[in-house]
Amino acid sequence: MPVTRGFTGKRRPERPERLPPGQYDTGTDWPTLTAEATPDIAPDEWTITVDGLVERPHTWTWRQAHALPGSTYFGDIHCVTSWSKLDTTFGGVSVDELLAIARPTADAAYVLAHSSTGYSTNLPLADVTGGKAWLAWEYDGRPLPVEHGGPVRLLVPHLYFWKSAKWISRLELLAEDQPGFWEQNGYHDRGDPWLEQRYQGDP
Amino acid sequence: MSAPADATVAPWTTARAAEVERIGDRLVRLRLELEESFTYTPGQHCVLRLRAEDGYTAQRSYSIASDPADPLLELMVECLPGGEVSGHLHDEARVGDAFELRGPIGGWFTWTGDVRAVCLTGGTGVVPVVSMLRYARRVGATDRLRVCAVGRTRPELPYADELLASGALVALTRENLGERVAAPPYPSEMEPLVAGVERAYVCGSVGFASYAVRLLGEVGVPADAIRVEQFGATG
Repeated sequence: MPVTRGFTGKRRPERPERLPPGQYDTGTDWPTLTAEATPDIAPDEWTITVDGLVERPHTWTWRQAHALPGSTYFGDIHCVTSWSKLDTTFGGVSVDELLAIARPTADAAYVLAHSSTGYSTNLPLADVTGGKAWLAWEYDGRPLPVEHGGPVRLLVPHLYFWKSAKWISRLELLAEDQPGFWEQNGYHDRGDPWLEQRYQGDP
Repeated sequence: MSAPADATVAPWTTARAAEVERIGDRLVRLRLELEESFTYTPGQHCVLRLRAEDGYTAQRSYSIASDPADPLLELMVECLPGGEVSGHLHDEARVGDAFELRGPIGGWFTWTGDVRAVCLTGGTGVVPVVSMLRYARRVGATDRLRVCAVGRTRPELPYADELLASGALVALTRENLGERVAAPPYPSEMEPLVAGVERAYVCGSVGFASYAVRLLGEVGVPADAIRVEQFGATG
């Protein structure tokens, strides 16, 4: 591995154990990266549907989703473009609550998460169950800003953040893995930051 | 949304600086020779990684400015305040320096001359579009690519001379350019550019992208025809 002459590095992380390989601490910044025009979705018009391989396909409105037991994530997020943001707080509902109502069938092993913009991302079902994934509508106690996926985004903080689809509208349960938008465009099917699964072909 | 089937990213390779040109206070143009070159499509980006003596590394994503047929890979990097990678490239980098580089990345914000397209860019957001323009010139597809590049002043806008020579609309917001008074692009300036296009590319800061998408909407470009690449931080 070549050394870059004269490079010492400025932002030595204060908490290196919190940063997956190749990541830096973005501090108070929260960069954004999207592939599509930012949509304008009124909370009253937003819905979330869980369908595909489930016993009871179901759609929740904003009000119905808020009537489910609330849940908070406090921790770190990691973007494939190499920033990590530590100690974030998101509020919303656990994906487990939705799945408990829709009831995945025995064949369901993957989820394709769809956004109202047409964006999609694929995840193993096991990565969105057991308290590991949320529908988030609050950041730091305030409504989630539209540029960060508001009114509601998927939040799967243990994977690279492109898996946390902005403007989430549908969770489609599938038997087979089906690449989503970024995955068809070169990004990894699983995206574990601690294994540095950034691009197709990574371990 | 469709995408190419083959989207594999090559492993890390060594990139040596063949040319380093500092442009004004904030820009540095790097022309890199890759140990293992890769094939890319205009609009794609790559990751540049710097490695310190003690093994510490820092990496950032940069759009590629060169035509895929160019034997060197060209980046135009804006120096950000406190930027760990961009600051080093601007202040320290010189010919012969070695970096690690990985690419190509992104199969969405790409143009291969197959559709009539308009590009609306802000500041260094013009970089991937420069790759598209150079490619268009080489393959004789300039009639299918129209560009509006927005910048503050002519020295601050990367590739301003090349853009003007290629017939792009250069909209400067902080100084006059010839007879054009400093202003963002007017809908009346965009209308001829968007006539008959099937796709639009928007690249710039988050604030610019949201402005650009609104402007394109005003002149009749449907939202689902717009491909966006945005960068930068929000508070």
